[in-house]
Amino acid sequence: MLCEECQMRPATVHIRRTINNETTERHLCQECARETGELNIIGGSEFSLPNLFATLLDSDAFVKHLGLKPDPGTLKCPACGLTYGEFKAGGRLGCDRCYGTYREQLTPLLSRLHGQVQHAGKIPWRAGHDLRARQELRELKQALNRAVEREAFEEAAMLRDRIRALEKKLGPGGE
Amino acid sequence: MSWEEILQRPSSSWLDGRGPEQEVVISSRVRLARNLAQHLFPNRAGERELETIMNEVGTAVDGFPDRNHYYFLPLTKLGPIDRQLLVERHLTSPDHIKEPRQRGIIIRDDEGVSIMVNEEDHLRIQALFSGFQLEEAWKLAGEIDDRLERTLTYAYDETYGYLTACPTNVGTGLRASVMVHLPGLVMLNRIGKVFAHLSQLGLVTRGLYGEGTEALGNMFQISNQITLGRSEEELLAHLQAITRQVIEQERGARRELYREMGDHLVDRVFRAYGLLTHARLISSKEAINLISDLRLGLDLNLLPQLNYQVLNELLLLCQPAYIQKIAGEQQSARERDAKRAALIRDRLKKYT
Repeated sequence: MLCEECQMRPATVHIRRTINNETTERHLCQECARETGELNIIGGSEFSLPNLFATLLDSDAFVKHLGLKPDPGTLKCPACGLTYGEFKAGGRLGCDRCYGTYREQLTPLLSRLHGQVQHAGKIPWRAGHDLRARQELRELKQALNRAVEREAFEEAAMLRDRIRALEKKLGPGGE
Repeated sequence: MSWEEILQRPSSSWLDGRGPEQEVVISSRVRLARNLAQHLFPNRAGERELETIMNEVGTAVDGFPDRNHYYFLPLTKLGPIDRQLLVERHLTSPDHIKEPRQRGIIIRDDEGVSIMVNEEDHLRIQALFSGFQLEEAWKLAGEIDDRLERTLTYAYDETYGYLTACPTNVGTGLRASVMVHLPGLVMLNRIGKVFAHLSQLGLVTRGLYGEGTEALGNMFQISNQITLGRSEEELLAHLQAITRQVIEQERGARRELYREMGDHLVDRVFRAYGLLTHARLISSKEAINLISDLRLGLDLNLLPQLNYQVLNELLLLCQPAYIQKIAGEQQSARERDAKRAALIRDRLKKYT
């Protein structure tokens, strides 16, 4: 078989792609495969993260694997009107409230994408001091667990005191 | 200086060729995705809401102490060529300029900072530095973020962090990237392996202009994929450590090539020099690939008269919109190729 791109060299690269149940095949030589970027699976134009997870959300097996409810049916974001179907098709949320509306569906997806679902970075100043204190508390508790695991009890005791002080400051409901 | 002069000059601060590890790392970039609370994301917002966001961001920027160094450009004010120039200068993304209505860009006059308004998110804050300076880029982007927040209220969730239109950006909203030049690894056919490895480490590799663009002239962008669950510092440290490895591997590859087939390499560099200094018609793609060879030659001390700044500027000068801007839009592709060849010859003549 000759390369379908240059029609000169023998086709040695065979690529079969299945996207949304549509399968396409290409038969190329090494040179053309490199030139058309077919070999570069990472930088290829059809392969982008949003496309990937739109595909993932469409796959029943994946949805089942994550323990997602197959489709939240009539659920619709009260603020922007985005339906779950629209999110699946476009891979974009419509507004900040969508994150509340689709929390149940998003959590497993985010866990799959990022490995974790708890923000650990910067906190906007406007969100107030409590948020920062609560984040610090979470971090201290993690550090405490690690210290205990390492049997670094002196450090653990110090961390425990800081956690108590912070909890007292935050008052009831401060996690 | 007017914004038009800025977009037309052949240079910008991040191309000055003075950053650390310039032989391999052309530039470092940090981009923060932010949205305003209680506004629909751009993909769902109507024109009036988008306009409100443009205005609110404008007011926030007006509060900057160094406001006179910033330009707020509504994309409708720019013609298609100027908009494409913004992309070529890495100030915005190809997606941002598709629909200019109620979209805008704020640039600092040295082009080290740009803020895209109503791209996929309400705000994309970008800091761009020459060479390997990721920490500096993060510091600057973070500062701009803090300044904007004095007047703007961001969409933020205690669990999910900064909320973004695409779930792949949520959390820190941080995308840090380095633009690297890897001719050695490409020539030794090792680049595929390196990219596969990077992908396992949670990093993404792309062409020169981001998602879905071609890798021209052996130049690639490496960036973090994960944005949630790690702090900005952790994300940066990870990218930094891995980039250091890539730099080492590229250096090793160049040494190996030079040792094994030095004559071939030297020949290649001087052929590229010969073509660029004498060609009368040259396409953008050919020019960029030849400039890549000169870049390698510079590192091998074969072209002592040149420097990284000139080569970075040549890269900018070769781009389609830049030529159209200089030569006029009415020109045919061949006339542009002639203009490009002339510009390159003229530029290199100063360094003989």
